Amino acid sequence: MSIATPVAPTTKTDQLLHFDDVAMTFPNGTTALSGVSLTVNRGEFVTVVGPSGCGKSTLLRIASGLTPATEGVTQVDTTRIGYVFQDATLLPWRDVQSNVELLAELNGIPKKQRAATAKDAIDLVGLSGFEKHLPKTLSGGMKMRTSLARSLTLDPELFLFDEPFGALDEITRERLNDELIKLFTEQQFAGLFITHSVSEAVYLSTRVIVMSGRPGKIVDEFPVEFPFPRDPEIRFTAEFAELCGKVSHALREGHS
Amino acid sequence: MTTTPPAPPKTRTIMRPATVRKSTNPAATWGPPVAVFVGFLLVWYAVSYLILDEKRRFLVPPPHEVLAAFFDPKVFGEIMLALSRTTFVALIGLAIAIVIGVGWAVAMSQAKWVERSLYPYAVVLQCIPILALVPLIGFWFGFDYPARIIVCVMIALFPMVSNTLFGLQSVDRGQRELFQLQRAGRWTVLTKLEFPAALPAIFAGMRISAGLAVVGAIVGDFFFRRGDPGLGSLLSTYTSRLQSAELFAAIIVAALLGVVIFAIFGWIGKRVVGRWYDFSAN
Repeated sequence: MSIATPVAPTTKTDQLLHFDDVAMTFPNGTTALSGVSLTVNRGEFVTVVGPSGCGKSTLLRIASGLTPATEGVTQVDTTRIGYVFQDATLLPWRDVQSNVELLAELNGIPKKQRAATAKDAIDLVGLSGFEKHLPKTLSGGMKMRTSLARSLTLDPELFLFDEPFGALDEITRERLNDELIKLFTEQQFAGLFITHSVSEAVYLSTRVIVMSGRPGKIVDEFPVEFPFPRDPEIRFTAEFAELCGKVSHALREGHS
Repeated sequence: MTTTPPAPPKTRTIMRPATVRKSTNPAATWGPPVAVFVGFLLVWYAVSYLILDEKRRFLVPPPHEVLAAFFDPKVFGEIMLALSRTTFVALIGLAIAIVIGVGWAVAMSQAKWVERSLYPYAVVLQCIPILALVPLIGFWFGFDYPARIIVCVMIALFPMVSNTLFGLQSVDRGQRELFQLQRAGRWTVLTKLEFPAALPAIFAGMRISAGLAVVGAIVGDFFFRRGDPGLGSLLSTYTSRLQSAELFAAIIVAALLGVVIFAIFGWIGKRVVGRWYDFSAN
């Protein structure tokens, strides 16, 4: 199946992340990724779906610089990168406020300024009033919100999400999806979101990338043209169901 | 007029199973250990009076004789003075063991080659019978407080090293990467991530070392038997004089010292990290 990419032609400055023929072979010989080429532009929210173990998380690790790719060129055109991990990775001895301040603190931003930035981020994710709470007293969803707020303090231009809502229950996940769409609409970052949920991928993104099983390759991609901010009701429309069906189909083909 | 028999009730009352009582009740908390203590005393009396005849009763003097010996003004003064000296040695030794142990572990956590070079010696320290070295330490450092403190440190050190190292190394990978993404330096990672994350393990190590420090403070003194007598010298003296009631009293005091220091460090640990770390597994 060939897909014409409908994204408007972009100028160089719109490109925030570009993979060119990237491959990743681990020292033990397993090939996690092969021949991945992908561009994420300003204003895009790209989701990558694939079977577990297909190397989609590796793609994020390469983009963030945590793990260098063994082949190909990775180009990141911004220094303001947000990274949301699979786990909330909060420091249990710090309360919400101080956890959210952490990244700014590590970047040497003065106390007053980072406190104010953190306060704004906490408001944005709807955690006002929980500033003094320790992580152990928060629910899974609230931990994720804290983690999201922490990344927001860096005012990222490029936001990388590594299956952030995978461990949450359906209701919390849907609510956080809506919050994320709101943030995306307001904050104007570009997103690269990894998930194994097809409906989450379609609901959140401007473009869905489908990867095959190991070694991970891009097998298909689908533009998603529902307008932002997204109406939660689109989940129940025929178009939404049809697109989910196409993505699932591509996933199954890529897997076999 | 006929009466219909009353219909059997349609609803049945289902008894709630008795909920497990939380042990907030002091009787539930203190009952079992007190019962064990009473049982222990009974066995003790039985051994003193039923198993041993009068001539051999000194081997296990009955509890009240031990108590009487302890409250004999002369003995009491002796034991208390010795206790203060032993406590002093144990606390200084423990403090030094904590500083050296944490420092050693931090050094090892910074580079694999340092760990490879130094860890075997921590294990060696743990494995050599310190008792065998005690006389040597006496020869080298004299037989007074410094030597006692050195013995104490050697005995109390290993749990500090191994617990701290374990704590520093068991930092969650995601949390590490969080710091790595901000290009945090080694010192920052150590002070803002590794060290706080290791605190529960460090406190667990301190509790073990606290108990060992008491043992260490007694062992050196027990062998040296020079200078101001601590509990060790006292135990040694009572043993040689066959003052068994006094000996038992001194042993109980030594045991209590260990328990108290252990409890104090448990309490400090709870105060410092209990806010965010759940010690309830212990």
